[in-house]
Amino acid sequence: MKRVIEGSHAVAEAVRLARVQVISAYPITPQTHIVEILSEYCANGTMNARFLRVESEHSALAALIGAQSCGVRTFTATASQGLALMHELLHWTSGARLPIVMAEVNRALAPGWNIWTDQTDSLAQRDTGWIQMYCEDSQEVLDSMLQAYRLAERVYLPVMVVLDAFYLSHTFEPVDVPTQEEVDRFLPPYQPRFQADTENACAFGQLVPPGAYMKMRHNIAIGMDEALKSLNEIQEEFYAIFRRRYNAVEAVCCDDAEIILVTSGTITSTSRLVIKTLRGRGEKAGILKMKLFRPFPVEMIRKAISHAKKIAVIDRNFSFGASGIFAQELRAALYNTPDHPPVFGYIAGIGGLDATVELIEEIYWKTKNTAFPDEESIWMGI
Amino acid sequence: MLLDAPDQEYMYSGHVGCPGCGAAIAMRFTLKALGDKTIMVLPACCWSIIAGPYPMSTLKIPVIHSAFETGGAVASGVRAALDMKGDTETTVVTWAGDGGTFDIGFQALSGAVERNEDFIYVCYDNEAYMNTGVQRSSSTPYGAWTTTTPGPEWKKMRKKNIVEVLVAHRIPYVATANIAFPEDLVHKVQKAKGLKGSRFIHIYASCPTGWRIPSEMSVKIARMAVQTNIFPLYEVESGVKYTINYKPKEYLVREYFKLQGRFRHLTEKDLDQIQEMVNEDWGLLLRKAGESL
Repeated sequence: MKRVIEGSHAVAEAVRLARVQVISAYPITPQTHIVEILSEYCANGTMNARFLRVESEHSALAALIGAQSCGVRTFTATASQGLALMHELLHWTSGARLPIVMAEVNRALAPGWNIWTDQTDSLAQRDTGWIQMYCEDSQEVLDSMLQAYRLAERVYLPVMVVLDAFYLSHTFEPVDVPTQEEVDRFLPPYQPRFQADTENACAFGQLVPPGAYMKMRHNIAIGMDEALKSLNEIQEEFYAIFRRRYNAVEAVCCDDAEIILVTSGTITSTSRLVIKTLRGRGEKAGILKMKLFRPFPVEMIRKAISHAKKIAVIDRNFSFGASGIFAQELRAALYNTPDHPPVFGYIAGIGGLDATVELIEEIYWKTKNTAFPDEESIWMGI
Repeated sequence: MLLDAPDQEYMYSGHVGCPGCGAAIAMRFTLKALGDKTIMVLPACCWSIIAGPYPMSTLKIPVIHSAFETGGAVASGVRAALDMKGDTETTVVTWAGDGGTFDIGFQALSGAVERNEDFIYVCYDNEAYMNTGVQRSSSTPYGAWTTTTPGPEWKKMRKKNIVEVLVAHRIPYVATANIAFPEDLVHKVQKAKGLKGSRFIHIYASCPTGWRIPSEMSVKIARMAVQTNIFPLYEVESGVKYTINYKPKEYLVREYFKLQGRFRHLTEKDLDQIQEMVNEDWGLLLRKAGESL
């Protein structure tokens, strides 16, 4: 049934439909609406789950590590400083092969205090072994959350579903909220491969010598590779029930495009409008929407954009001393292909600054009118 | 002496603790009291090593090793999961050292017991970061040498009174125990097991390596800590009801200090001052228990 709800609410509905058993969270703007709704669902019996109101984000994830180790489905949500505080345990989660799912609301890191959208918080966690999915609208948020549980529990790796602060978390949109029956068909109850059990006493996460450690790390790498394949299969299963599909990357008008904008999050929606206008004027413009950031879908990217004349990556994030993070990854993905197009890196919308239609159009013309990028990153709107 | 403790062992021999390790003795007796329906959360501490390397384990119960500062939080999650699975029988116990309790794990511990999470938190206290090579913690006593309080920089601050901090949380049960008093220890763990909500047991666990004592002195020194009133045996129910379990006949702290290399540098004047501190603490405890000197 279609309902007009906030992005935060879409997350909460997915958590309810996924029959999550343990939730643990600590409040941080703009994540609070997610946990407020879930608190109510736990209090009024809409959900049969335990809600742990812990004293920090670090403890929120620690509690889930404990719960998930005992074989139940879990959830947390955070943003910005909260995610940074969790950093140590992000590594722990993937190392322990725990399929925990988290909603991460992209918010700028302090100082100075800024609650608006910015991707640096989540992208700075790229080496922690979490699968990361970026969302464009609230429907995609809800659907990605359901898919996240399916994927996490298939490859035994945690998943972060990422949504823009306010543009998604606090914006009302029509969202098709599926029925419990439909979701149950897609997402069966969690059947853990291993769990702490007094009938079968095991040690989890103990001291491990280098040879075995390296093998375990290699297994995580294999799990990430499998995640890419599994996500494609899961999309088909999801489509069969819900008639919606999201690929790791989405190529919009890319087949004949000469200039392709690479986008993620809500900037993609704005870019769709820009491309429509440009196409109307005869410009051969396209978009590559990045949904999946980890694992990085290298082959799909190469296939979608290698033929273009120029690539313009729009990054709402920055790695100081290097460049925009999507641009970095994209350059690396293209490097081993012959005659790859030049990659222009644009930094836009940092700390929630508006990334408008005009700004994106300016990025397009700048790219078209410049033969080759003479700097790694072009900061827009400052 | 006939020890009134369960025969069942939940620890295999062949652990990798140092000779005379008080923490190993503490674990052995605690598990005898807890039994096999126990899931243990083990944040970073000496016991992360003592439990042995993959694919072996010294312990016969499920153990979830966890990050240093997460003892209270991971256990909260374990309890929540067991509750959701309808398992009310299994006891959840966190087993942490003094660093993981007094210092880095303090926030998660305070958070968990403020929520009155249904678990037992055991701190085995060897009074410094022993696993990393004897660095001072807020549990290190006044006067002690450690590798980060060397020479004239020996610790000039008092040991944090963690028991009273836990008592202030008004949780159902807080107790001290000592490896030299195993019957008292087993009794207290069994008592804690029979209660609901947050329970805290502070076990004095001597460390021959870090305290610079011969390994065969481990239990003797532990006994002297009680006999000198340096580490009184007592319990507090619901944050108010104090019971002192053992009243020693006046031993002087001097004898306890003289046996340990970590206190070698202290002068007679320092020891007099420490005696005064111990007397003061003991008097305070007696007052709380409604008893007179």
